[in-house]
Amino acid sequence: MGNVIRRDFLKTGGALVIGFHLGGVVSAQERGSAAGPPDAKQVDTWLAIHPDNTATVYIGFAELGQGNSTALLQVAAEELDLGMSQIATVRLDTNVTPNQGGTYSSASIQRGGPQVRAAAAEARRALLQLASKKLATPVERLEVSKGVVSVMGSPNQSVTYGALVGGKHFDLAFTGSAPVKPPSAYQVVGTAAPRNDIPDKVSGKYVYMQHVRVPGMLHGRVVRPRGQRAYGAGAKVATLDESSIAHIAGARVLRRGDFVGVVAEREWDAIRAARQLKITWEAAPPLPGSAGLYVQMRKEKTTDRVVVERGNVTAALDSAVHHVSRSYTAPYQAHVPFGPNCAVADVTRESALVMCSTQDVYATRGSLARLLGIPQEKVRVQYYEGSGTYGHSCYDDVAQAAGLLSQLAAKPVRLQFMRWDEHGWDNYGPAHVADVRAAADASGNIVAYEYAGWQHNWSGTETSAQLTGVAPAAWPASGVQEVNRLTCGGMYDIPNLRLLNHQVPALGYLKGAWLRSPLDLSFAFASEQTLDELAYLAGLDPYEFRKRNMKDERWLGVLNAAAQAAQWTPRRAAAKLSGAKVVTGRGIGVGTHLASYGGAVAEIEVNKETGKVVAKRLYGAIDAGLVVNPGNVENQISGQLVQTASRMFHEEVTLNTTNVTSLDWTSYPILRFEESPEITAVVVQRLNERYSGAGEEVMAACAAAIGNAFFDATGVRMREFPMTPSRVLAALKRG
Amino acid sequence: MAGELKIRVNDQVRTVTAAPDTPLLYVLSNELELQGPRFGCGLGQCGSCSVLVNGVETRSCVTPVSAVQGKSVTTLEGLPAWYAAQKKLHQAPALHPVQQALIDEQAVQCGYCFNGMIVKASELLSKNPQPTDAQIRTAMNGHLCRCGTYPRVLKAIQRASRMMAGVA
Ligand code: FES
Ligand code: FES
Repeated sequence: MGNVIRRDFLKTGGALVIGFHLGGVVSAQERGSAAGPPDAKQVDTWLAIHPDNTATVYIGFAELGQGNSTALLQVAAEELDLGMSQIATVRLDTNVTPNQGGTYSSASIQRGGPQVRAAAAEARRALLQLASKKLATPVERLEVSKGVVSVMGSPNQSVTYGALVGGKHFDLAFTGSAPVKPPSAYQVVGTAAPRNDIPDKVSGKYVYMQHVRVPGMLHGRVVRPRGQRAYGAGAKVATLDESSIAHIAGARVLRRGDFVGVVAEREWDAIRAARQLKITWEAAPPLPGSAGLYVQMRKEKTTDRVVVERGNVTAALDSAVHHVSRSYTAPYQAHVPFGPNCAVADVTRESALVMCSTQDVYATRGSLARLLGIPQEKVRVQYYEGSGTYGHSCYDDVAQAAGLLSQLAAKPVRLQFMRWDEHGWDNYGPAHVADVRAAADASGNIVAYEYAGWQHNWSGTETSAQLTGVAPAAWPASGVQEVNRLTCGGMYDIPNLRLLNHQVPALGYLKGAWLRSPLDLSFAFASEQTLDELAYLAGLDPYEFRKRNMKDERWLGVLNAAAQAAQWTPRRAAAKLSGAKVVTGRGIGVGTHLASYGGAVAEIEVNKETGKVVAKRLYGAIDAGLVVNPGNVENQISGQLVQTASRMFHEEVTLNTTNVTSLDWTSYPILRFEESPEITAVVVQRLNERYSGAGEEVMAACAAAIGNAFFDATGVRMREFPMTPSRVLAALKRG
Repeated sequence: MAGELKIRVNDQVRTVTAAPDTPLLYVLSNELELQGPRFGCGLGQCGSCSVLVNGVETRSCVTPVSAVQGKSVTTLEGLPAWYAAQKKLHQAPALHPVQQALIDEQAVQCGYCFNGMIVKASELLSKNPQPTDAQIRTAMNGHLCRCGTYPRVLKAIQRASRMMAGVA
């Protein structure tokens, strides 16, 4: 029946000229019984209306603590004219939720918003058709409030959504043709609706991945060398003595190739067994070590690409009045979620259920199916929120490891990584080396700019898979792993510009992946400091200099918003140098990731005797087009500014010539409460622009502002980060 | 060897089966199925596993279960009742003022670190109901947040302090 209607429906070009008929009642079992993804071209895939006049929206994006689940519900509630209390979403599940691609690039609103909005609009149109029949009133004379459809002017002639469809299928094609509301009519979108996950998170009721337990399960732990070795080298077991844990009752060693783990009924027994197991590893191949890293990257035979070229950079550089040429370095940095990743797997001979914190349930399903040798349709992946991940932390690795342990044990297994597993075997944000050259004319117009960057790409094979013998693959090349045309000079009006990307081979370095605002902190730190030097040479205030070189309204918008928030007063940088022990400085910067616009101002304090740098106040502005929930975005800006300060002052993955050595919060410190800056977050709301991301787009600007503030305070440029006391003291000594 | 132990958690005496050297954290999470204290580092570095032991913030990941015998353990779940007892309220509120203030300030991001943040802030306010900004920072310094929520947590603690003054 449904099919016939769908065909007729399509024939009529999407206009609902025929009365459509609802399908049967949807049972909870029915949804979830088959492998997904469900058909994205069906309205039923996206939402369901229940008899009690509430709705469930099926969203393909993970709540990562950024509030996107609330914001996407706002989008749906707006189009459906429902209250926020009448609408909810469900857990991501490869048998239930649609495939909207992974929760990457802060794009759940950018990519997901339009789909959810269109589906909700389509459902609303169908609901109004039904109501029109029921109330014997043309659609044009109906209005909706909180899911109650009534006849204009006679509110007692009404029917609820719940009464109209209550629990039944729409059986309706999702054509995307239903009209959506104009922004001027928005009542829910654009408001700071409180996040719906927060009450349970503070009361302790929220179920994180780390809380999930299933009957009959064992606790597992992986056994690996402390600190990863070169990507692709794996870790080869030399000797393993299973009898060394015989004294721990019930503990067992499980192994496939060099993948080694232990399981036990009690968690503490599994932890002790993993620690006490006598195992030795073959010698590791060499790594460059922290000291030799950047030199080696420059020496590699790189894959080179001109990302952008316009004008004649060389000629313009040669002939300009003011000229700067600098090199910068930036370290590997780690995701290191506060709670190490965790997964629960129940793998049988023919099927697998894996609960984990992946950013992409469908991609994880594919890799699990291959590794476990089970057809993809027999693998079900469910998402449970873990602690904040900021990109590709060990969530896939832990899911694979749990799957392997469950398969080997023939029982469900819960596996949580230990601190050293997460710190030591992360997919780090790659290290970076940059050469930047830029020139300006006598009045401070940027006439030439060149950015050459070195880094390796992301890794394509998880550690667990590698240890079982799967060959290490490279992540497919993509623009997001290259010198960023937006953050590297893209915000300015520069006639002669060249961006060069030198891709370093990935094997022989550390495992890499996207880390919140991938590489952008490194790019902006180098690029915006180089340009700041031009402002200085031209005798200009750094804010004035940037304004002068910018034409794009939206870049100007965030630059001005940040400057205004900081009550910026014009003067040249480093014009107030002092001989005091503790000096202060301010800096400004702009940058972004893939879309949106970020501007920031930093006010910092430098102790010239101890070398300690602290951000006192950080101001950040984001233009992310139409912002669905400004309260969320303010919170996101705040988090980004604090995390950027952490990355600029503290964070560095250290390695010796065989393995990573930063394995916990002492060897990989992050910013602490005492150093927490005061924050001002500004959302530049643009109701008539498309949604774009807001989860990482002010970090580059903030990194740049911090770099520039250091110069303002000391008259000295930092060419590398993190700005640890020893580096700061060395830089001040060098002058 | 695992054996039976009695411990007092959230004002109830509970019998658990665990080896005496088992860190309290695993007993609370696995035997008593409490969701407040949670694994973060297992090294005493982060505060994810914090509980109150006789009113003092304690890292349950490095505290053997045997060490809390005869003492009173309060977890996140027990904070409203613990607060009510301190304030001599007839009925425990649904949330401790610190919890309510964190909602009011929308301070949470992933929220995983908030067990420790809330336990520590509750301890602080029980000893020092009107802490200065600097005192809050010092007290909270051993509690890490990877998401960077410190500025809003700071505001929430100040707000909770005001709320508690209103109650008293
Ligand atoms: S888990 Fe106990 S202090 Fe980190
Ligand atoms: S809110 Fe995520 S670690 Fe604190």
